[in-house]
Amino acid sequence: MRTSKCCDIVVAGVGGQDVILLSKMIGKAAVKEGSPVRAAETYGMAQRGGSVITHIRLGCKFGPLVPVGGADILLGLEPAEALRYAHYVSKGGIALVNTNPVLPSTVTTGRAKYPPLDAILAPLRRICRDVKTLDATTQAANAGNPQAMTVVMLGALSKYMPLREGVLIESLRESVPAKFLEVNMRAFELGKSEMK
Amino acid sequence: MKEYLLGNAAIARGILEAGAGVVTSYPGTPASEIVESLAPVSKEYNLHIEWSVNERVALEVAIGASWTGVRSAAVMKHVGLNVAADPFMTLAYTGVKGGLVVISSDDPFCHSSQNEQDSRRYAQFACISCLDPADPQEAKDMTVYAFELSEELELPFLLRPTTRVSHARADVNVGRGKTKKSPTSHAFVKDPARWVALPAHARTRHPILLDKQNAIKTALKKSPWNQHLLVLKGGDTDTGVIASGISGLYAEEAIEQLESDVSILRIGTFPPPDDLCAESIKHVSKVLIVEELEPVLEEYVERAAREHNPELEILGKNTGHIPRDGELDSLIARNAIADMLGLGLTHTMEEPQSMTEADEILPPRPPALCPGCSHRAAYYAMKQVFGADAIFPSDIGCYTLAVDMGTVDTCLCMGASINLASGIRFGGEDRDICCSIGDSTFLHNGMPGLLNAVYNNAKITVTILDNLTTAMTGHQPHPGTGVTATGDKTKSVSIEALAKALGADFVETVDPYDLNATLETFRKAKECQEGLSVVIAKQACITNARRAGVRRKPFRVNDNCIGCGECVDFGCPAIEFHEDRARINALCTGCGVCAQICPSEAIEEVVNVK
Repeated sequence: MRTSKCCDIVVAGVGGQDVILLSKMIGKAAVKEGSPVRAAETYGMAQRGGSVITHIRLGCKFGPLVPVGGADILLGLEPAEALRYAHYVSKGGIALVNTNPVLPSTVTTGRAKYPPLDAILAPLRRICRDVKTLDATTQAANAGNPQAMTVVMLGALSKYMPLREGVLIESLRESVPAKFLEVNMRAFELGKSEMK
Repeated sequence: MKEYLLGNAAIARGILEAGAGVVTSYPGTPASEIVESLAPVSKEYNLHIEWSVNERVALEVAIGASWTGVRSAAVMKHVGLNVAADPFMTLAYTGVKGGLVVISSDDPFCHSSQNEQDSRRYAQFACISCLDPADPQEAKDMTVYAFELSEELELPFLLRPTTRVSHARADVNVGRGKTKKSPTSHAFVKDPARWVALPAHARTRHPILLDKQNAIKTALKKSPWNQHLLVLKGGDTDTGVIASGISGLYAEEAIEQLESDVSILRIGTFPPPDDLCAESIKHVSKVLIVEELEPVLEEYVERAAREHNPELEILGKNTGHIPRDGELDSLIARNAIADMLGLGLTHTMEEPQSMTEADEILPPRPPALCPGCSHRAAYYAMKQVFGADAIFPSDIGCYTLAVDMGTVDTCLCMGASINLASGIRFGGEDRDICCSIGDSTFLHNGMPGLLNAVYNNAKITVTILDNLTTAMTGHQPHPGTGVTATGDKTKSVSIEALAKALGADFVETVDPYDLNATLETFRKAKECQEGLSVVIAKQACITNARRAGVRRKPFRVNDNCIGCGECVDFGCPAIEFHEDRARINALCTGCGVCAQICPSEAIEEVVNVK
């Protein structure tokens, strides 16, 4: 990270993985901290199961786009998508990657092959200073709902973001429906403990 | 108070803070969330909001409201302004009473659009002012400002956010919304010399509009949206940057990173301010113009330089420093500024190694129709009946994503499919022609095309893919749904009755989930090629249906599977090919179409679902 105040994050995932919820939770926490924050999200056509990227810039007063080669953290909600956007990571940047693949239709219909996990992680490890992996989808299932994968990843990310955990949890409480709060709190803790 | 707001939600806040009374729109990415943000609070703020049938209708309704003295806004994506261009151009002549803001969201890089036209050109064309916000905060504040100035000058204002403003989120300082509208009397005051654009009146109004150009400039001069910034280290600078809208932020970030002495003028209004531009070009030898899309600012600076500094070297689109297509970012700005300063490129423009490596091993993940989408079923049947050799003009909506199925041969603009089909027929094409258009698109601008095809005897089949919503932009209701923008019930208009009323004799509605019935209907429609036929393939959008709680039993593959791949070719994301056999994954929504396609009865409903 460049400074404790400015932190550029790129979130890579698949349309439908609650990427926008993640941006909302982080951004709200930043506002609570009184820190400027910018984010750029993907809407519309690209959402239909396609590859999506969200930029989040903590402590930033400029435009919402993280420049190529400028991200402090790459948060990969899906391994192939993490590698697809790896060129955003800066030289000293790190990647947090959910190892659970989501197969694109090009693979399920036999038109393309999904590479083995090692083939994805090897180049990532060359690009990033550090690559942390976790099976966030399984951990979310352990917490009570595979849909909470994004919150597992948020828990993991909380160890590297310049935002206080208490504020992040407050933001989480405000962002998820009350009936799912317990599952999401467990998911957050599991993600966090994976980073120990 | 600060809130974390989407740019479009910030614009909605601006509309509330300005005390607007009427907001109209047709959904379009990246503009759709403005009206969606207003929907839950519209009654509290005494605000009429509507999803209009199309952008032209939206603007005309907003104009009517403005002429009663109420503040109104018409919201659309950039290409929607083409549809609304007719009233837009003459509105500048008649002017407004209540402040009227046209919000047209541009989409550099065509994230979700068929072109990347620049709305600032429309403001120039109409001789009105355009505001170009850099971020959600400016977008909100400019919205309020635009209403006030529009009312003062009695001219419409154009607000043009781009995708990276509309779909950016940021901490935004928000004020209080107004629940009381001003003025309190909303009567339409007759004034034929203004509201009736007869040639004699228009000839009077045109010079009035031209005279107002100076008033526009004077008013904008006092605005806070144009600023000289960042003259670092206080040294003498021989170079400057002038940047418009969000490009100003990219340039600021670039200058900070380069740690160089460069003055920057950030522009937020069009026309740009004469005095500030003159000041920033008088004493420099080189200036770089940073803006997305068209060289609007660049052309303005070229004109200003003729008067104030004829020797000035102007870098920008003309010199290839800034691309005229796609969107910018701080890296492009940094490289252009570094080049101007003779620093060389700070970051190689070659693709990083990681990108090439990723391209080599990663499977493509294009957006696709959802599992169980009824469009896929309708297109499958259409292709079976008409054959790959037939011509399939198509239109704008989720179904355009089916381009790989071979049933999308054209996509031009909203509602073009039927007219292109007619034109291809009249051009001499004698193969079968079956065009397709969505329900919302048909109601938007498809109806005149059908009427024209009937009237002029186009021998074509028109398929209306009716999924009972405007799906692509986020499931907004339309006149066929019986629900308004606020979720209130209204009359539901029958698309079948409309097609018949427009003169089509053959009009049949079929459920695309029933494959045999759909094949049969298309066959009848094809045989009717002596005249024009209309097929309405009607089945609720699966995503919308599931949100409403509709659940169908999923399907599975049994031992009868011979691995022929017919179901896989159907292209549903729920069907996988694994070890020479088909397999249905957890994405299955139970539409059952693959079971009807399978030649060996190998796909069956899962009977015992927990």
